[in-house]
Amino acid sequence: MKQEYIISAYSENHIGLLNRITIIFTRRKVNIESITASVSAIEGISKLTIVVNDEKEKVVNITKQIEKQVEVLKAFYHTNEEMIFQEIALYKVPTQALMESDKLEKLIRQHNARILEITPEYTVIEKTGHKEETQDLFNGLVEYGVLQFIRSGRVAITRSPIEKLSEFLRERDALLEKMESRRSLRTSKK
Amino acid sequence: MTAKEKESRRSKRQNEDITGSEAVIRSLIEEGTEIIFGYPGGAIMPVYDALYDYRNVLRHILTRHEQGAVHAAQGYARATGKTGVCLVTSGPGATNLITGIADAMIDSTPLVCITGQVGSHLLGSDAFQESDVIGISMPVTKWNFQITSPDEIPSTIAKAFYIAATGRPGPVLIDITKDAQFGKLKYKYAKCHKIRSYIPEFPVNKEKLNQAAVLINEAKKPFLVFGQGVLLSGAESELKSFIEKTGIPAAWTLLGLSALDTDHPLNMGMLGMHGNYGPNIKTNECDVLIAVGMRFDDRVTGNLNTYAKQAKIIHIEIDPAEINKIVKTDVALLGDAKRILRLLKLLVKKKKYPSWIREFSQAHDVEVEKIIQSELNPTNAGLSMAEIVNKVAGLTNNTAVVVSDVGQNQMAAARYSKFSTSRSHITSGGLGTMGFGLPAAMGAKLGMKDREVVLFVGDGGMQMTIQELGTIAQENLPVKIVILNNHFLGMVRQWQELFFEKRYSFTEIFSPDFVKVADAYGIPGQMIKSRDVLESALQTMLAAKGPYLLEIMVEKEDNIFPMVPAGASVSDILLCADDVK
Ligand SMILES: Cc1ncc(C[n+]2csc(CCOP(=O)(O)OP(=O)(O)O)c2C)c(N)n1
Ligand SMILES: [Mg+2]
Repeated sequence: MKQEYIISAYSENHIGLLNRITIIFTRRKVNIESITASVSAIEGISKLTIVVNDEKEKVVNITKQIEKQVEVLKAFYHTNEEMIFQEIALYKVPTQALMESDKLEKLIRQHNARILEITPEYTVIEKTGHKEETQDLFNGLVEYGVLQFIRSGRVAITRSPIEKLSEFLRERDALLEKMESRRSLRTSKK
Repeated sequence: MTAKEKESRRSKRQNEDITGSEAVIRSLIEEGTEIIFGYPGGAIMPVYDALYDYRNVLRHILTRHEQGAVHAAQGYARATGKTGVCLVTSGPGATNLITGIADAMIDSTPLVCITGQVGSHLLGSDAFQESDVIGISMPVTKWNFQITSPDEIPSTIAKAFYIAATGRPGPVLIDITKDAQFGKLKYKYAKCHKIRSYIPEFPVNKEKLNQAAVLINEAKKPFLVFGQGVLLSGAESELKSFIEKTGIPAAWTLLGLSALDTDHPLNMGMLGMHGNYGPNIKTNECDVLIAVGMRFDDRVTGNLNTYAKQAKIIHIEIDPAEINKIVKTDVALLGDAKRILRLLKLLVKKKKYPSWIREFSQAHDVEVEKIIQSELNPTNAGLSMAEIVNKVAGLTNNTAVVVSDVGQNQMAAARYSKFSTSRSHITSGGLGTMGFGLPAAMGAKLGMKDREVVLFVGDGGMQMTIQELGTIAQENLPVKIVILNNHFLGMVRQWQELFFEKRYSFTEIFSPDFVKVADAYGIPGQMIKSRDVLESALQTMLAAKGPYLLEIMVEKEDNIFPMVPAGASVSDILLCADDVK
């Protein structure tokens, strides 16, 4: 069954890595619904948040392939329920609509959106929320004439109290240390 | 330049910062590189110039095409276990490598490929011989990196060798801009031992190990299937002692060939589309299937919906992405095959499965009667590929390194060769690259000077990289080339015969007089057509001190059997053409 999954990949900040990762999707003909690159809570580590709509098996496979990339520290996949997430949308409408009646202002308030900028020609509205919510507002604005519309990629955070990555990093450090000591043991034996 | 000038130039170099180009060469030497396969051109000329000063330390093999260079590096790597190295120019030089890199990627071969690139100020400007090699090679490399500053050279090369050879090996590519080659750096080399985002090998999970041992100890009909992972981790003796203790029959994939003696009593033969009858049908009868260092390629599994459904599956594998990728496993043992087999052996009981083994030998008898017997002793006048391969095995006492190309020749070589030494079978498995054989045989010979290297190649595949005869002649490499000439793209013709109503669409192929071609290169050879001269011709070939080309006219429309038709179950393996519905 296809459903939405959020893939989070933690990586070194390496030129070309994004390309390597998107190739994994392209090759399997999986569409990326949205993608966001950002810093993470851990210094020097970037985070990619990728939303796809596909079968679990495929998502698991893709997550492993992402993690296989040399510069990727760890990749996770989550269902929407497992994460808190938001997207941000910006709408540009003619300012005239705002002047003619208070309907538009009410609509903005109803949707918990806010106005970023008003000029004599246009007004820019901002709304944060899930896709359905930002879409709802868009549908409401259509009658006023939407001059421009844009929705960001998703940003998401897990519901668990600690970042899974910190846990992973601890384990990995122990592992790398073990590898190192085994190696020095081997070389000293020689 | 006079000798004196040269000398002063060299000593001066040691007192000052060195060029990026020299750093490339010195870094390669630090990594133990003995041979580079390459082809020069504008964007890599500074490195070639630096190489000139090191030509007595670092051997360079000038191939006749960059595809030849990369396949030779693959052959070298597969024969020796070391990392193969290629050096080529930008643009067409680099793009000519791609087939070999893709081949190395799918067959997990460690390679470091160095490509020249236009000056960094020209990147992205469609400069002469500029191509986006990083972009092009991304999907087919384990890792790649573009160097634009000389300081990055030593550390990047160190990283490249580490990544190529550790974990599941694979090809890496380093693209070096011309200005980085010309520029100076303070040279200091440190080998790479870890990368924080890269864990080549996971520690063995003790609990899983116990679960696997329980499954194995309780099994009535266990079956072990193994692939190249055994060779890559150097687990040949661990594999042998594991099956000897447990008494479990084993079978190899095409790339697992030679990891165990052919004549070992527990070696049941080859899996897969043209593998042996027993291993294929018993896959669907065993109760525990232990897969070691193999990735369940579709040429091995046939129809997945009916593949080993009755069995519990244990998968010993170094690459986490392979676990559950194709076949759902019951116990996944992540890690190095050598270590896991050693640990697992301590937990399993000493056993024997005489009646289960007898089932394999009965299946083998069927295959001998229906196929092998007549393939080895044909009644037609035309020679069979099988009898030729078998004769070579006999004459070399099963000690040759057998290299094959792709097609019927490859399957005959795999089915009828015999091995008594590890790393003695080199072929293009995952990609099935025609033209792989000849250059790979050169590389194998350069890596294994004391071993006889025999290539089996088709008339089609031979013409894909025939130019490498030039390299063989120039370097006087004693490669023994056996062309199995059936005047057809035989394997494709076989499919046309069996599944496309004998409509031989463009599979008849004209060939030159291969012996004359060899002669033009100064390589001796002969062509034979009949059985009565086969043995003496092979003896002449094997006795030759240098390279030798033996063209053998074989039966034109022979087929390779058994065969699991694409998409069929392994247990529905066909023994002869009449079985095809
Ligand atoms: C580069 C490449 N192109 C096409 C194929 C498809 N193909 C597989 S086997 C084969 C026939 C090979 O003919 P030949 O080299 O004469 O070997 P034979 O099967 O006759 O022994 C072809 C065309 C391939 N594997 N590789
Ligand atoms: Mg042929």
